[in-house]
Amino acid sequence: MSRSWMRLRSLRRSAYRQVGNLAKIVTDVVCPFCGTLCDDLEVALDDSGEKILEVYNACAIGAAKFLHSQAEDRLTRPQMKQEDGSWKEVTYDEAVEYTAQMLIDAKKPLMYGWSSTSCSAQSVGSELGEVVGACMDNTATVCHGSSLIAVQDVGIPSATLGEIANRADRVVFWGCNPAHAHPRHMSRYSIFPRGFFTGKGSKSRKMVVVDPRRTDTAKMADIHLQLEQGHDYELLSAIRVAIRGEKLPKTVAGIPAETIYEVAETLKSGRFAVIFFGMGVTQSLGKNHNIDIAIAVTRDLNDYTKAAIIPMRGHYNVTGSGQVWGWQFGFPFCLDLSRGFARYNPGDSSSNDLLIRDEVDAAFVLGSDPGAHFPVGSVRKIAQMPSVCIDPHITPTSAVSKLHVPVAFVGVEVGGCAYRMDNVPIETRKVVEPPEGMLTDEEFLTMVLKRVKEMKGAA
Amino acid sequence: MAKITLTPTKTPTLRLEAENICPDSFAGKSNEEIANLHVFVGKESQALGDYFEIAGESGSTAAETTIVINGDVNRVKYIGMKMSAGEVIINGDADMYVGAWMSGGKINANGSVDAFSGLGMTGGELIIKGDAGNYLGAAYRGDWRGMQGGTIRVSGNAGSDVGTFMRGGTIIIGGNVDVHVGTHMEGGTIIVKGDAKSRVGGQMVKGDIYVFGDIEVMMPGFQYRKDVDSEVDGTTGSFALYEGDIGERHGKSKGETIYGKLYMKH
Repeated sequence: MSRSWMRLRSLRRSAYRQVGNLAKIVTDVVCPFCGTLCDDLEVALDDSGEKILEVYNACAIGAAKFLHSQAEDRLTRPQMKQEDGSWKEVTYDEAVEYTAQMLIDAKKPLMYGWSSTSCSAQSVGSELGEVVGACMDNTATVCHGSSLIAVQDVGIPSATLGEIANRADRVVFWGCNPAHAHPRHMSRYSIFPRGFFTGKGSKSRKMVVVDPRRTDTAKMADIHLQLEQGHDYELLSAIRVAIRGEKLPKTVAGIPAETIYEVAETLKSGRFAVIFFGMGVTQSLGKNHNIDIAIAVTRDLNDYTKAAIIPMRGHYNVTGSGQVWGWQFGFPFCLDLSRGFARYNPGDSSSNDLLIRDEVDAAFVLGSDPGAHFPVGSVRKIAQMPSVCIDPHITPTSAVSKLHVPVAFVGVEVGGCAYRMDNVPIETRKVVEPPEGMLTDEEFLTMVLKRVKEMKGAA
Repeated sequence: MAKITLTPTKTPTLRLEAENICPDSFAGKSNEEIANLHVFVGKESQALGDYFEIAGESGSTAAETTIVINGDVNRVKYIGMKMSAGEVIINGDADMYVGAWMSGGKINANGSVDAFSGLGMTGGELIIKGDAGNYLGAAYRGDWRGMQGGTIRVSGNAGSDVGTFMRGGTIIIGGNVDVHVGTHMEGGTIIVKGDAKSRVGGQMVKGDIYVFGDIEVMMPGFQYRKDVDSEVDGTTGSFALYEGDIGERHGKSKGETIYGKLYMKH
């Protein structure tokens, strides 16, 4: 960020403050986009306090989320798909009725998503899932679910991002690209901040990036290990061998042995090493095993220095979803509540396996967009069954669903708790009112739960 | 030995959860009682008799009971789960969890089985004529005890994650295996008569893995030690012995570090 640009920005901001009679600035706003959960945003509102004019401090993606809530053509009432494929506006009560009936009629409904909403809404959703005997899954299933499996298998030595900012002097980004996916991660926590023991900012840190592509993150690295795609497990295993000073083959995953020894030495010589990892390892060949052995590397490093490992969680509250289910059911994702007690086994009770194997007969989606992110075979199954999509936006999922229920934006139009990628809970803030008459996720879920209980009581 | 035959009469709309298809559940019950045993389709509890025609009779104990399934049960889960004795013969394909956590008896699957078969098994025999899915003889999520005893024999191929966290017993695969064989293994024997892709013996602590064919990508933590002649499941041959995973923790016995052993056939 150039100095002149920063000056320009601060000038613009002070201009807003000068015409303070017109614009109102809301400070310490939490960004409901990614798992970095930045909590230093400032939002400028018009003089009525109802319209968002600008968003400061946020990355382009975060700012867009706030501004998107202001779209003129935003959907404000539920709509039901008609036989001819057109959409008809219905009331929230009708939407509640359809959703409740669908969940009761289904032998095994899938309730998926939960990552872009507050913990309190997730908690109501859990109760609803338990009452109707649903399979409940969150976006971790196509994201960091494999990390959760690895944590169950071998545990995890972790830390908070505050600790990283203040202490970490060896930072590894493995299979992730924060320059684009978590744009403010490096400036707030991992590379640039001048912390208590990291007074020289990026100069006090060595940055290692492991990625088969030369990403914008990789371009910033001191060491870029451009490994062969799909050989992360072998390379991590080689680092373990190198940490112990044992003999390695000439190359592993396309990386020369000397480079691997150098990286092992770099990590061992630091005062605090941290590994951040993303989809490049959690969803490539081996999945949970890649994370399992990355945790083993972290454990090994703790024989020489302090080391921690942190997943780069995507949705702003996917971590919270795992937390809520963890305390309510004992498992963080892939829950099968169909038989009245919680069962869990990714590969069996995971959304895509359930859909592809025809194990579910209704789909309820809240706070995620499987239409855009699931394999087309799974999306086709959702399109064929009774389905509800609860989402403020029109998405590929809402397009294939039978009922679309728009709701208020959590973190913009209603507050609520969210968990950052390092499992720190942060209360998001309400900035503006939702459009008149619109419900929040939690209100809609509460109404469905009440209706389901009434119907079950009558049956 | 009393023999009871189940013939599938209809295909479940979703998948059928039938942990009651097990000699331990059938033993000492009349055919009517057996027909009334529960099966689950999602949250609905139904009767076994809704899906199978039941003939013959069961024995008074599990050990005296043989269950024969005549037909495809590829949408039926949990067959022979947690069985302790007796025999199950499946004349067709079966779904997930065949013989999971079994402690004794014998399962003859004459077709293929899906994932998680023989999960955490402690004893008995699981014979699969066709192919096996992923996680054969592995550990349940978060458990550090995979297969601990007994024998699994697959004539065809097996999927990924064979014998993850395995601590005892023997797994023999006639064909090829997918990635991750014996990951975190702490005992027991895995014999692969075909080829393996990669990640054989990753994070292995102890135990033996034999591969008769090729390994596409070898783990970097395995080091060649010597050639040995031995007889493995009826085949005599010369094997190259590798030890590893060097990066993993290892115990000591009589002052010597004990590694996992990987034998590659010459």
